[in-house]
Amino acid sequence: MTEQIREFDVAVIGGGPAGLAAAAAAASQGAQVALIDRNSQLGGILNQCIHDGFGLHAFGEVLTGPEFADRYVRRATDAGVFLQSNTLVTSLAPSGEIICSRYGQRKQLRAKAIVLAMGCRERTRGMIRIPGYRPAGVYTAGTAQWLTNLANVRIGRRVVILGSGDIGLIMARRLTWEGAEVIAVIEKLPYPSGLPRNINQCLLDYEIPLHLSHSVTCIHGKDRVERVTVSRFDETGTPVAGSEFDLVCDTLLLSVGLIPENELSRRAGVVLDRTTSGATVGASYMTNVPGIFSCGNVLHIHDLADWAAEEGERAGASAAKYAEGIHGDAVVEESIPIRAGDGIRYVIPQRVSRSTDQVLMSFRVTEPRGKTTIRAISGKAMIGSTQLNKAHPATMVQLRIQIEDLAGPVEVTCS
Amino acid sequence: MNHRVITCILCPNGCELEVGWDGEPTTQSVEVLGNLCAKGISYALDELTHPERTLTTSIRVRGGVQRLASVKTVSPIPREAVVAARELLQPMVLNAPVAIGQVVVEDVARTGVQVIVTRAVASQSDPEQS
Ligand code: SF4
Repeated sequence: MTEQIREFDVAVIGGGPAGLAAAAAAASQGAQVALIDRNSQLGGILNQCIHDGFGLHAFGEVLTGPEFADRYVRRATDAGVFLQSNTLVTSLAPSGEIICSRYGQRKQLRAKAIVLAMGCRERTRGMIRIPGYRPAGVYTAGTAQWLTNLANVRIGRRVVILGSGDIGLIMARRLTWEGAEVIAVIEKLPYPSGLPRNINQCLLDYEIPLHLSHSVTCIHGKDRVERVTVSRFDETGTPVAGSEFDLVCDTLLLSVGLIPENELSRRAGVVLDRTTSGATVGASYMTNVPGIFSCGNVLHIHDLADWAAEEGERAGASAAKYAEGIHGDAVVEESIPIRAGDGIRYVIPQRVSRSTDQVLMSFRVTEPRGKTTIRAISGKAMIGSTQLNKAHPATMVQLRIQIEDLAGPVEVTCS
Repeated sequence: MNHRVITCILCPNGCELEVGWDGEPTTQSVEVLGNLCAKGISYALDELTHPERTLTTSIRVRGGVQRLASVKTVSPIPREAVVAARELLQPMVLNAPVAIGQVVVEDVARTGVQVIVTRAVASQSDPEQS
């Protein structure tokens, strides 16, 4: 059987905020664009994020996740993107060939440029190793969100949340509204990992205690969670003897972090960054594989969908240019490295080439700080800086630098 | 002088507002530090006098491709009305299809605020959606 291979300028894999924005941006530059998503409804994780707080940056108004997704679906539709939902990409070749499965049927397409926007998945209990049986009642916060907001399933009555990531905080409020009792949020770090405003409106409003420098050290119960043991952890990350206490609960939510979903990228030869677990990219968001771009949560975990979408727009526009034969990034070997210096966890992009004139760097600090100066240094000169009233690892920071100022590798530091 | 630290929730900046006031908190008496924009000042005053929150929740749908539609109050409602509003919405069932922006309740919990749909749910009989 010969199958028809459809040809496109740009193919985007993943239909969340980054992918939709990338596809719309590429198509509005005149490229023929396909967007492939495995779910039946486009919008990715936004569909289950029914709370508000999206869109202030992208649209100047406060939207819920599904409304934000709808805006981008319409943008992509209006720009003429070929939207293909219910379609799973099974393999991706560096040459631009994509094999998918749609309702069990094999489909093939080819594109001159590919944008990876597959998003991320949640860290699970296995990855953080809590001793105990494996009783029912342990969920990741995102799964609990899906069950509560989309599947109409009640997950429990007395809930403890491990980890203070934003999804966990949002779920603390959501479950309270649903009539459950949220006993406590437990965070191993000495500071919360979610945004300050979510601490305020999700925990303080409902007087839900937040135990910093604590973690769950045992889950009790054989068939169903019955209680958890919580211990205090010292600065070195070891449990303090005698600090244990038990919380009676029937449900434990894990909000312990997100990891970019890069299986497909890795198999296509994309090199990953150890810190971000996402691709290493140049200023145009091109990975080490020519013609393959990466953006959104598959590149690095974002705190805001608005930023993921904006990054998608830039990556989509670069992919459209690449398809036209305009290459913004040089090969990896000829690029100038960008490094995370003191107090900075990582910087995107990881390299830049002289064929661009400027680059927008996105990065995070390693720990919370008050008044902070961020500096970009190249050679011995400072080529950019910004002042912040406060800096928090939960909040992404951006800084733009001019390429003509570069005198060697760039290092971003804070003090 | 009264003093309170309030995190502004109006945008992701989440400014930590140092709020001070004498006597009753009013536009004149309240002093705010730490706000990156003017909205922080009115937010601080609102928090001291009548805190408001947006309710976002879901409502069951009959005959739809999904079981739930998500909804929100079109504007923030008094914080103490949030749980009552949620309880009023809980037993409701909508008939598919439902569209984004569709009004579900005109005046929820006597707040004068509409509740609208935020995620469309197509009918089961409709052909596959986007
Ligand atoms: S004060 Fe202004 S900038 Fe700061 S969180 Fe509130 S709305 Fe945002």
